Amino acid sequence: MAWTREQVAARAAKELQDGFYVNLGIGIPTLVANYIPDGVDVTLQSENGLLGIGPFPYEGEADPDLINAGKQTITILPSSSFFSSADSFAMIRGGHIDLTILGAMEVAANGDIANWTIPGKMVKGMGGAMDLVAGVKKVIVVMDHANKAGVSKVLERCSLPLTGAGVVDLIITDLCVMTCDKANGGGLTLIELAPDVTLDEVKAKTAAPFAVAPTLAKAA
Amino acid sequence: MTRKIYDGPEAALDGLLFDGMTIMSGGFGLSGNPESLIPEVRRSGVKDLTVISNNAGADGFGLWMLLETRQIKKMIASYVGENKLFEQQYLSGELELELNPQGTLAERIRAGGAGIPAFYTRTGVGTVVAEGKPVEEFEGQLYVRETWLRADVAIVKAWKADTAGNLVYRRTARNFNPNMATAGKVTVAEVEEIVPVGSLDPEAIHTPGIYVDRIIKSTINEKKIEKLTERKREAA
Repeated sequence: MAWTREQVAARAAKELQDGFYVNLGIGIPTLVANYIPDGVDVTLQSENGLLGIGPFPYEGEADPDLINAGKQTITILPSSSFFSSADSFAMIRGGHIDLTILGAMEVAANGDIANWTIPGKMVKGMGGAMDLVAGVKKVIVVMDHANKAGVSKVLERCSLPLTGAGVVDLIITDLCVMTCDKANGGGLTLIELAPDVTLDEVKAKTAAPFAVAPTLAKAA
Repeated sequence: MTRKIYDGPEAALDGLLFDGMTIMSGGFGLSGNPESLIPEVRRSGVKDLTVISNNAGADGFGLWMLLETRQIKKMIASYVGENKLFEQQYLSGELELELNPQGTLAERIRAGGAGIPAFYTRTGVGTVVAEGKPVEEFEGQLYVRETWLRADVAIVKAWKADTAGNLVYRRTARNFNPNMATAGKVTVAEVEEIVPVGSLDPEAIHTPGIYVDRIIKSTINEKKIEKLTERKREAA
């Protein structure tokens, strides 16, 4: 059985380490906050100018002056701080954030990621995604392995306009987990399969060459 | 110490607006928008505007009001989703759009206010954002050169101002506002409360008064929430 969205988020949460400062993208990445392991203390950054995101507000207590980058109402923690957009991206661009988790439309074996536009179809903008993939120490992509038509989103080279070139460290899909050796120009290695997903299935649904880790683990 | 205080939006923008000008407008989504000043820009009928703002409003709100009247010629922004009118005007060729990565946008504005004409960033290297721009290697990494942004007028929203123009923002309504306040030839701030000098702690001023030319008390404070997200209180 492939992983559900929630299970992908839970798997991504295992990458969180105690003391990390983390920026979570919109969609599945936001769900990662629900699975922070016990005993692991992480601080979530919101690029609109908040370090230390608290839980959603109780009913009737939402404050319009307190939102996350997805424009959802949130709360703060005793440790929180506010800052301007320029300060926020100095934090991101300056390499002070340990980890970012984002969604993607395509990821390539060389570490390229495309997640902001489909020419002629979608005009929205990149928001903070280009800054995050360029500036954050570790970049994790969470996404479906293939699109709704069954076409692989893990490619040898991206076909869509890039968000960042050679920036991805780890890919977590509904089928498996793959590392990307971005420091050495890329190269994917399959390190983990979702329960009851076979190596053959991943091979059939991946449009890029990949190595298989000798320690290939099957998630329980 | 009250010469920066104006009676209302019309007085605060009097003599500042002209066709073809560049306006910076603070806010992230609909949070921290100059909600009283945008309608006054609309009422003035000024046109062919270049508007620099992270977003372009949302259906019925914020800069959407200036899109509806076709007063914006060009938008410089990082994210313009959830705005059908924007998409329609852009796809029909009526509206020019320059998309910037959000951090690059913020830093271009900061640089504009700080008198720095250009800077290098990793953001966008190897993407369409870097096309046509100089790329240079520093310590083994490639960086793209981005240039400053400045505006004829910056309109910003703060929480409190004193009569000297010192500003304090509230929570994440701060966002682009303090950066834009530094990058306008003239900066007009609307605030929820105007207090006498001496009321704000000098250690806790976000925007020093030198950057602020004109101040009004907001006449509109709707603060529309785009995505109300709440949790249930567990039964005791």
